Amino acid sequence: MARFGMAIDTVRCVGCMDCVVACKTENSVPEGFNRDWITTEVTGTFPTTHLEIRSERCNHCDDPPCVSCCPTGASHVHDLGAVVLVDADKCIGCKGCVASCPYGARFIHPDGYADKCTFCIHRVEQGLLPACVAVCPTHCMHFGDLDDPNSDVSTLLASRRHHVLLPDAGTKPRIYYLT
Amino acid sequence: MQELTITRHNALIDPLLSIWSWQIPVYLFLGGLVAGIMIISGYFVLQGQYKKNVFSCFYLPHIALVLLSGGMGALFLDLEHKLYFWRLFTTFQVTAPMSWGSWLLMIVYPALWVNTLIRIPERYQGKVPIFDRWSAALNARPVLIKNIGIANMLLGTLLGMYTGVLLSSFGARPLWNSAMLWMLFLVSGLSAAAAFVHLITTDEYERELLAKADNAFLTLELFVFGGFITGLLTNSRVHKDAVHLLLDGPFAPYFWVLVIGMGVLLPLAIQLLAVNHKIKHTALAPLLVLAGGLALRFVIVFAGQFSRWS
Repeated sequence: MARFGMAIDTVRCVGCMDCVVACKTENSVPEGFNRDWITTEVTGTFPTTHLEIRSERCNHCDDPPCVSCCPTGASHVHDLGAVVLVDADKCIGCKGCVASCPYGARFIHPDGYADKCTFCIHRVEQGLLPACVAVCPTHCMHFGDLDDPNSDVSTLLASRRHHVLLPDAGTKPRIYYLT
Repeated sequence: MQELTITRHNALIDPLLSIWSWQIPVYLFLGGLVAGIMIISGYFVLQGQYKKNVFSCFYLPHIALVLLSGGMGALFLDLEHKLYFWRLFTTFQVTAPMSWGSWLLMIVYPALWVNTLIRIPERYQGKVPIFDRWSAALNARPVLIKNIGIANMLLGTLLGMYTGVLLSSFGARPLWNSAMLWMLFLVSGLSAAAAFVHLITTDEYERELLAKADNAFLTLELFVFGGFITGLLTNSRVHKDAVHLLLDGPFAPYFWVLVIGMGVLLPLAIQLLAVNHKIKHTALAPLLVLAGGLALRFVIVFAGQFSRWS
């Protein structure tokens, strides 16, 4: 089974938010909510400061706490690429998954169910890239199968320094940031 | 220096998690109170007290049914997708404490209901003849009655534990992520139930007994608080940060004054004087215990949502 993930080049990302707009348009994300967003992190002490711009979203973790805590099975791992999804028809809106996510990647859709990034699975099933990856003007976002050593993401991870968000939370996230 | 700028501003998530309002603390409090009531009621049944005209056996299971339904009502109000509530009972998710809790409640209800049949209060006798017949059948089998008492104690313990386990399973919220939380909520539930019986019983023996029991529960609760705090303080940085929300952070006034001061220490002092016959029993101490138990759930639920990995 494939295991989809992303490698995002923080050296190339300029924080233009095209990915954010593409996601909202592609997935009709309601006003006031975002499935992906831009984080700008400045670290260090002047003049030796470091700037990292990241396009963030659900990390589609290998050990997703949102799935294990769901009382109805609405949050589940999809057969295609082990993508973490929500079945709106099973979700009771208990918000347990929202509390369980250390990344704050989930929100409650105005219609009452938990919502989040789907890696645009409807596009991936047709052989297309997720909308955010497809529109990125700097080509900083890469999507593919982490278990395939020849995939775009695997070769980048093999050759570049990278990190994940909150590794100590123990969820094994699958969004990698190239530095 | 570390400066983060995030473009996300999702309702109830940013800037700090605030998904659960008054409904969940009320649900957890009533769940804990019912758990304590089941344990106390089951104990009295087991001791054969149901043969006497004492409060616990006669009315506690009935009151518990009403309280539990109130708690379930609060939980229902919190759900965002209310019409899909029935989905909880179409599956069993072994890794989800909420799923365990849903099915546990499906056993707790009949256990409480059977408990009400052991002795039907005089004014209700004859109203529903089939209940009277079942009650007579139960009373012809003392061993079965003892088993009902044991079942109520066991299920009450599981229910009280569940209210804590539900929160402690959320690893993303460091304040809740403590192995002591179920014990804290169980002891607090027992203490609240003892205070509740103390408050409304008309039986002198029962009032004295439950006041003494409550003193023991309150003392034990102080030790559990100690373990809860120590466990988080000796844990990772995020857990230390989390417990400081209670110790000297924005929730400290509520924690120290409402939960520890007025909810545990003051009623403990009053009840110690009362059981040693220095002062008369009044409603003040049990009312404080009940209010403190409710305040504990509010503080833990709200502060827990503020705690996070960073």
